[in-house]
Formats: sequence, C-alpha cells, structure tokens
Amino acid sequence: MTARRSWIRYHEVRLRGFLPDGWTFGALVVAVLVMLPLMVVVVQALLSPAPEVWQHLWRTRLPDMLANTVVLLVGVGSGALLLGTGLAWLVTAYRFPGQRVFSWALVLPLAIPAYVLAYVFMVIFDTAGPVQYLLRLWLEGNVSLPPIRSRGGAILVMVLALYPYVYLLARAAFHEHATGTFHVARVLGASRTEAFFRVVLPMARPSLVAGLSLVLMEVLTEVGAVRFLNVPTLSDGIFRLWYDMVNREAAIRLAGLLLLFTFGGLVLERGLRGPRSYMQHTAVGYGIPQVPLSGMRKWAATLLCVLVLGAAFVLPVIQLLWWTGQTLGQQEIGLLLPIYWRYVRNTWFLATLAAVSAVGLAILLAYGVRLSRTSLTPLLARSVALGYAVPGAVLGLGVLLTLSWVDHRLNVVSRAVMGVSLGLLLTGSFVGLTYAYVVRFMAVAYGGVEASLEKVSAAMEDAARSLGSTRGRVLLDVHLPLIRAGTVTAALMVFVDVVKELPVTLMLRPFGYETLALWVWQEVSESLWENASFPALVIVITGLIPVIITNRLAHIGKISRNNADRRG
Amino acid sequence: MRGMSVRKELPIQARRTSVPGDGSWAAAMKEQSPALAVEGVTKCYNGVVAVKGLTFTVQPGELMVLVGPSGCGKTTVLRLIAGLEHPDEGRVILAGQCVSEGKSVVPPEHRRVSLMFQDYALFPHLTVAENVAFGLKRWPRARREERVREMLEMVSLSHLATRYPHELSGGEQQRVALARALAPNPRLLLLDEPFSNLDITLRVQMREEIRDLLKALHITALFVTHDQEEALFMGDRLAVLHRGRLEQIGPPEEIYHRPATRFVATFFGPTSFIRATVTPNGLHTELGFLPQRMSASVGSEVDVLIRPDDVELVPDEKGTARVVKRRFLGMHHLYDVLLPSGRTLSGMSRHVHAYPVGMRVRVVLRPGHELRWFPVDGK
Repeated sequence: MTARRSWIRYHEVRLRGFLPDGWTFGALVVAVLVMLPLMVVVVQALLSPAPEVWQHLWRTRLPDMLANTVVLLVGVGSGALLLGTGLAWLVTAYRFPGQRVFSWALVLPLAIPAYVLAYVFMVIFDTAGPVQYLLRLWLEGNVSLPPIRSRGGAILVMVLALYPYVYLLARAAFHEHATGTFHVARVLGASRTEAFFRVVLPMARPSLVAGLSLVLMEVLTEVGAVRFLNVPTLSDGIFRLWYDMVNREAAIRLAGLLLLFTFGGLVLERGLRGPRSYMQHTAVGYGIPQVPLSGMRKWAATLLCVLVLGAAFVLPVIQLLWWTGQTLGQQEIGLLLPIYWRYVRNTWFLATLAAVSAVGLAILLAYGVRLSRTSLTPLLARSVALGYAVPGAVLGLGVLLTLSWVDHRLNVVSRAVMGVSLGLLLTGSFVGLTYAYVVRFMAVAYGGVEASLEKVSAAMEDAARSLGSTRGRVLLDVHLPLIRAGTVTAALMVFVDVVKELPVTLMLRPFGYETLALWVWQEVSESLWENASFPALVIVITGLIPVIITNRLAHIGKISRNNADRRG
Repeated sequence: MRGMSVRKELPIQARRTSVPGDGSWAAAMKEQSPALAVEGVTKCYNGVVAVKGLTFTVQPGELMVLVGPSGCGKTTVLRLIAGLEHPDEGRVILAGQCVSEGKSVVPPEHRRVSLMFQDYALFPHLTVAENVAFGLKRWPRARREERVREMLEMVSLSHLATRYPHELSGGEQQRVALARALAPNPRLLLLDEPFSNLDITLRVQMREEIRDLLKALHITALFVTHDQEEALFMGDRLAVLHRGRLEQIGPPEEIYHRPATRFVATFFGPTSFIRATVTPNGLHTELGFLPQRMSASVGSEVDVLIRPDDVELVPDEKGTARVVKRRFLGMHHLYDVLLPSGRTLSGMSRHVHAYPVGMRVRVVLRPGHELRWFPVDGK
C-alpha cells in the first residue's frame, strides 16, 4: 500500500514539471474570460465587411455621429488638459486665499458623473432655467445664453466633469517628480515660468498623457450626457441601434468603428508618452517652494478656483439637494422611502457582487502572473486592462453577443439531452451583468491588487514555501493578510464605478431590475428633473468615497515622504 | 530513485526515522548517504549560464560555506537546493532522497529545507511567536507551543514573543528568523548572506553566536556569502564559486594556504605573484632562494604566490625595493612595494611602524611554509 502510494506520488511529482501548473492555468482562464467579449466584437465587426450596412449607416446618421465624437474628443481633451494642468500648477506653485482648501477640493467634481452634471446643467442653464431668468432680471433685457444642448455645451459639461483626472495626476507629478529638477533649473538661471515650461511640464508629460487618455476614454464611453445634451456620438449610436431599433448588424459595425478609435488612442498614448521614462524614484526636498501672489492676481486665482468648483460641484449639489427636498416635501415620506430603499439596495447588491468577483479574480490573476514563469502571462494580464479603455456600449455589446452564443449552445445541448429548451439562461441575468462589470472594471481591481502584491518581497514567499506551505497556503497565510488594505481599496473603487456605470447596466440589466443610475436615466428621459435628484444625489455621495481615499492616500504619501526626508 | 516519496502528515520525529519507499535497502542507503549531494547541476537563465556542472556534498552536521564574488551563482545554488528553481541538468539529493532530477521535482514545501534571508523575510503581520510557529502548522497544538517556547529560549527572545517584527532590532530580527527556520527540524538549513544587513560589530557577534548554535545543535547548514573573512570563519569547509563553476572545495586552511587556482588565491585577500626559476633544491626568485620540493621540471619558470604575511619589510638605505603606496588598516599597515623587476608586491608592518611612500626597503622572504606556485601561463 505504502509502496503504491509513493509510486503515485512520484508520478504526480513527475507530471508537475510538464503540465502548466494550476496557478498559471487559472490566470490564463481569467485573462481569456475577460478578453472574450472584446474578441467577439473585433471578429464580428472587422472580419465581415457588410457594405450595405455601412452604406445605410453612412446615408443616415453616421457622419453626424462621427463629427460629434471627434469634436468632443478634441474639445473635451484639450479643455480638460488645460484646466487640469493649469489648476494643478496654480495650487502647487503659488499661495493665494483658500489655496490649501482648493488643493483638495478641486478633486471633488470627480464624484459627479458627467450624465448627472449634464442633466443639472441642462435645467439650470435652460432658457426657462434660473440662470437665464436671473440674467434677464438683472440686465432687464432680452439676453439669452448660447444653448446648453449643443456641442459647446457638451464640451463645457464634460470638461468640468472630467478635468479632475488630469488635475490629480498632474498635481501628483508636480509634487513627486519635479521638485529636485525644478531647483536645479532655478539655480541654472531659469525663471519660475521658464522652469515650468522647460523642466516641470516635460517631466510631468507621462502623467499628463495618462490623465488625458482617461478623459478621452470617458468621452468615448459617455452615453448619458451626450443623449441628454443632444449630441449623439458613436457610443450613443450603438446604444440606440441596439436598444431602441434592435438593429444588431449596424450596432456591431459601429462598435467596430469605435474600437478602432480606442486602439488608435492607445497607440497614440504610447507615442505621446515618449520612449523615455521620466520616473524619478527619489523625492528630494519638500516640494516646489510656493510664491505668494499679490493684489489682483491673488484674487483672480481665488476667483478662478471658486468658479470652477462652484460650477462643477457646489452648484449641482445644491440643485440636487433642493430638488430632493422639494420631492420629499410634496409627497408622503412613508411611501417614498421603501421605493428609495429598493433602488439603493439593488444598486449596492450589484456593486458588491461585481466588486467581490472582480477583486477575487484579480487576486487569482495577479498571483498566477507572479508565480508563472512564462513571458505570455504578464502580457495577457496587461491586456486585461483593455476592458476599461473600450467604451461601455462596445463592451456591453460584446458581452451580449458572447452570452447569447453560450445560451444558444446550452439550448442545443439541453434540447438534445432533455428535450426542453432552457431559454435565455445567462443573457439578462445577474451572472451576465456581473460578468460585464468584471470585464469592464478588471483594470481597476487588478491595478490595486497588483500594486500591493508587488510590495510583498519574494523572499517572504520563499521563506513560507520552505517552511512547508503550499502556494495556495502562502496566498492565504502570507499574501492576503499583507495586501488586505490594497484589496479593500480596489474593491471599493470597483463598487463606486459600478454604482455610477450607465451604458453596460442599460444594455445588460435583468428585466425589470432598477438601479440608481437607471432611475436617473429613466426620469431624465421623461423630463422629470425633480424625481431624478434623489438617485443622482446618492450616486454623488457614493462617488465621494474614492475622492476621499485618493486625497487621504496623497496625504499619507506626503507625510511618509517628509519623514523619510527628515530621516535621510 | 525509490526514495522519492513525499509525506506531509507524519510528525517530524516519526519522519526522521521512517523509511520512505520500502524495505531495509533504502534505510541502509540513508545511513551512508551525505546530508546533501549536488550532482552535475546546471542552470541557465535565458541562455546565460548561472551555474555550470556543479558537484559537491555536505556531510551531516557539517557547515559548508559557498563563497564567491557577487553574481557567481551562489544564490542560485541555494534556490535550486530549496526547490525554488529547477535545475536544467543534474540532480539534487537530500539525505539519499533525490528531490530534483530533470522534470521531476519535489516542491519546496515537501523538502524540509529551511531558508534564512538577508532581509530575514519575517512576516510583518504575525508576532514573533506566530512567525516561529509558521512552519509547525501540522504539529499538535501542545507540541507546537512547546516547540515555539523552546526555540525562543534557544535564541533568548522569550520576552519578545508577543511583539511584531518591526518592533525588534536588526539582531533580534535575525534571531527570530533563525528560530523560525530551525523550528520545524529541517534536514538542511540554507543561509543566504544572513549578516550583510547588520553593522560590523553586530555582524561579528552574530557570526559567532550562530556558528556556536549550529554546531551545538549539530545542524547541517549551507551558508552563502561574498565575504572571504566570514567564509573562512564560518565554514567547516568552503566551496569557492566563480562564474557558476566550482573552483575549489576544502577546509578553510587548505583554501587559504593551498589555493587550487589563481582566482582562489586572489579572492582571499591581497596577493602578489613573483616569477621564479625551478632548481633541483627549490625556487630561485629575485627576493632570494626558497628551498622547497618541486614537481615542476628543473629550469622552467613558475609564478610563486606571496601573501603580505609571507614577507618582512626592513627599512634599508641600500634596499632594492621602494614603497609606492601605504594603507593604514588599524592593526597593521599594508604596502605596495616596487621590486627591481618592475613587479609590485604587497607587504605589511605592525601599526607602530609607518614607512612613508618613497622609502627604500629590503624585502625578506620568510614564509615558514611551502609556497604555492602556478605554471606561468596556467590558471
């Protein structure tokens, strides 16, 4: 018996060397699952040309959608880049009234999704809205602002909603990377402005490009804001074709086109970042010395920050609070609360499910990559991030096509085996929607998990192995406790992203299932502004979580850096 | 090959005496086999050879030191033995049980080989006691607690059992790492430059402490270092590695006095070579005649290895040598001396004498032992 067992053991051990081991295999499966929907779109859209579909699209709305998309990309991209970088430099290099508060408060607009901001602006700046009313009252004339429901209006709204991406990364870059070289440039005779343009800005370029590409991804994926403001883009087009007109072929073609935009953008990003890495690993000194502004300039700086923050955050939040208060005042709270609670619960349930799944799979993937010896696995792990870059509508379409294909196969099998058809098992189920969220937000989860896993030294792993732990036990006993904080943060980020998410949810929700974002969409589509305010407010409050985390992380980073400086 | 069974559940004591596989044959084999045998092991990373055809054995209770310059492959050897890397060629045999051969590999958790690292790799989320208990998961609770107590007592850290690693000093962390590594009764302890993070005073102290402990417990250990002095002090035997190959293996005295290659000779401290002609009774050098039995053919030229302590420098106006460089090293001065032939030689004087640069000296060759020599164009 013993001899037999040892024989089996021996061969088991022997096989281990030849087969790809379990962890690598697991990581590969996760990577393939996440990539699958994108592959499906690429294959379907790009490999079957279907000229008649293209012709039809071209004759109808395609030129308009294309033009809108390009105009928004250029307008919002340059606007957000300018505003984000400018504000970041302002709060980093100068001192003016309120500068400390603005430094963190300017991130707050990140909590408001573009579609919420769009809907609030649409009402506030409408001809019948309060702003134009007040203007007419004061100026006693028939003044009218340019219409908000236009390309210009959409650019304004999205710049205000998205500039914090650039602002955050630029501020971090100015703080961390530019200090030492800034001093060197000054010592070598450059003025502050010169030093900014010749040293600080070029060094921050990778961060600025990263921020810009996040902004452009958001523009491409946006469905709500462009629909509300009546600037239909490609994403909106896919969504309409699929959802309203059920024109599957045309939707797939458009998705293919949009994918080309995305990939083009990714290639461009690589190019713009430049071949060199500007990362400076040692933070020297205590930051760029701040110069106090004087007189008019000081107040101009404050005014600029007040205007941006007011328009992008304070005003919309006040408006939402006002509306919510009105609604609660008009109707009986006892009746409203259960309905409100149902929406909140539904959303939390979905977001939790998605966050836990995404982070769980991300851990599997990151650990598999860490253990794997092949060069293929890291590459696959990086391509997993594509789900975040691809517009939500494209991804939703890909997931739908994948799920319905699987459902179809399952039905064929079940009819053959049991003689019954199962119907749509995955499509329109929680499993399907969760899967879509995981694909969409894997980059967020994976980034967080991988970053904390990297900090665990390899020696720790080796020590645990040699003390008799299998790789699975090492993950449970050593890695998981050590990466807990990073994992929770990553899960929280995914949670918030799911709460705000609109296009994927719209396309894949289980029939009759309502979430906060869907609620906003519904009410705004029917011009019931007040009714949309409560869900919008809850979304904004949820959105504040990552803003607070980000600010706290930056703060902690600053403290530990300063301590390190002092010790050094 | 028959001893390739891997068992997890048996308690350590039982495992020690149990016979894997079947019959007394294996038991007999185990009696005679060394604690560790590395046979013709080769490992490449992306085509770069890290270790080439390495063969050596370690006897039970022996403290073997793997020494060589940075990048000579010594850490790779440790990882191969621990099972964290797999050899491309060759075998690793632990106490008669082959654990690595070709693609059949016993994973590290089944090898009962413990590792100690440069950065200690203590688990920061566990207390000292929990760290020590980490490798004892399968032990019954009472035995485990007893063992942790025993190990902490051994390294005199019982009072810190509930502390976390970051609350300890470097030396204390080192001791915890040792206790953790020894707790599961490993067949072999591997130490990867364990002292290099400590300051010099503490390092010397820890060396002695750990060496005494390993000897007292009769632990078989393989110790990796790039520090020659540490290697000579720690090792029962030394294996000198250079570019992934074994240059020489033997007791420290033999390595120092009879280096097999010029590399080994130069690696252990300052060395000079002077040219000599072989005569029937010894060597004829520019520093005088050295009586010594020689195997080389009479009349041929050889290079003689001279260490600073083999010569004496005597200040002499008429001396043929001249001091060209002086370094003060505390206990003594170390000089470079220019000989008439144009070669330089290292010599020393006690710290009370300091010969200035430019001073004329006479070099007296007084080794007191036979000098090692190498063929002129040999290694």
